[in-house]
Amino acid sequence: MIISQNKPFEEILGFLKNSEKIVLTGCGECASACNSGGEAELIAIKAKLEDAGKQVLAFIVPETSCNYLLVRRDLKKIKESIDEADAIVSFACGDGVQTVAKQVKIPVYPGNNTLFIGEVERVGIFSEACRACGDCVLGLTGGICPVTRCAKSLLNGPCGGAKEGKCEVNPENDCAWILIYEKLKELDQVYKLTEIREPKDFSKIAYPRTLNLRNSGGGAIK
Amino acid sequence: MNFKEKLERGDFVITAEMAPPKGIDFNHIKECARALKGRVDAVNVTDFQSAVVRASSLGGAKILLDEGLEPIMQITGRDRNRIAIQGELLSAAALGIQNVLALTGDHPSIGDHPEARGVFDMDSVNILQAATKLMNGYDMNGHELSGAPQFFLGASVTPLYDPLELQIIKIKKKIQAGAKFFQTQAVFDIKIIKDFMKRVENLNIKVLVGVIPLKSAGMAKYMNNNVPGICVPDEIIDRMQKAQDKTKEGLTIAAEFIQQIREEKICDGVHVMAIGAEENVATLLDMCGF
Repeated sequence: MIISQNKPFEEILGFLKNSEKIVLTGCGECASACNSGGEAELIAIKAKLEDAGKQVLAFIVPETSCNYLLVRRDLKKIKESIDEADAIVSFACGDGVQTVAKQVKIPVYPGNNTLFIGEVERVGIFSEACRACGDCVLGLTGGICPVTRCAKSLLNGPCGGAKEGKCEVNPENDCAWILIYEKLKELDQVYKLTEIREPKDFSKIAYPRTLNLRNSGGGAIK
Repeated sequence: MNFKEKLERGDFVITAEMAPPKGIDFNHIKECARALKGRVDAVNVTDFQSAVVRASSLGGAKILLDEGLEPIMQITGRDRNRIAIQGELLSAAALGIQNVLALTGDHPSIGDHPEARGVFDMDSVNILQAATKLMNGYDMNGHELSGAPQFFLGASVTPLYDPLELQIIKIKKKIQAGAKFFQTQAVFDIKIIKDFMKRVENLNIKVLVGVIPLKSAGMAKYMNNNVPGICVPDEIIDRMQKAQDKTKEGLTIAAEFIQQIREEKICDGVHVMAIGAEENVATLLDMCGF
């Protein structure tokens, strides 16, 4: 899931300095799940904007704000408001904001900061576990990602900086490499740590990345 | 006879450590260098130590070289990608710097520019691999060099680490990647270094144990609480507390440790990290009888 969080309200107001009539959009997927762009949040933000003297013409939570065709379908439902509005604020991830922005002729501002690809540990608790590095190493590391969970993304084992199993960068975080070691010991796979890992091939993740299943013949192993 | 030859011959070697200045005034470093000339075998020059902006290790190493000392240029993966690291190594060799200590590097978050992006394109093992390839006349991607550098490569190790097996696995990778000598995190407890040396005795490596002369009991407690891999035993903190002349007591403790290391042939040498009090290193060497 893409984890996002509302921007400070003052920052959003700053975008809207010269805009009176506003439309709000959210996202029915990730942003709803992390309370940054669901219906309840948009209702609350609408009230705050109205308190600040703005007119909120409409709000809508597209089924999936990162899906071009679904966004197009859902924006049509509030076409008249969009035609009249000065600006849209999108409470989705960065992708969702851009998917909306592509389809309208007025400014679209981000209402959220997009934080990370995360796991839902419990309701309301999210943690980063994957950085979309394009070349998954989990098979070598006991299913624990050093690219994400080691503050330095080290591939050849820990630095000397762990103290009582915790990372020196943020003592609330476990040292990923100690977790990996413990896990591989359980799996009887510590030997996987003994081979030198070459530096990562960043040419594989030169962005912006695209994937075209129609040209590539599909994403699945043939 | 240089650092490498002495270490290979089995002499007990002494290295010190200096940080380039934050600014362009190298006078202090040069004074310390003159005081240590002929008394230590080599001097590490730190690479933006603790992620703090300073003059670079290459610049510092060249200045020590000009002062007649043998530098060990530290290089980390924090601030440079693989292109810059290879370039820095080539420049170092061209300037006459032969000893290189490869480190992963502290995270920028602990330094004076915590907003900086940490690079970490390569870790310590990868830097050693790159240096080894350069020595063979090629860059990392196999392109031929016009003139190959010759390095004596080193790396670091933390003997007080749990689980120690993880450190041992990484040491083996560093050896495979080309490391010939190891300098350790500071050790205060002789038992810790003895246990560690037992664990690595079949690896046939040269180990210089790290020594930090204490300046106060507070410094010891601070390091115990904040510096990973450092443990100053209570009896040493007690000695520091009771001492009238704290600096002298810190140097005495360090001298006793160094003498025991040498007499019992526990390690191949010592690496003295004076952290800002480099002017005391010569006194320490006097006390050790070097």
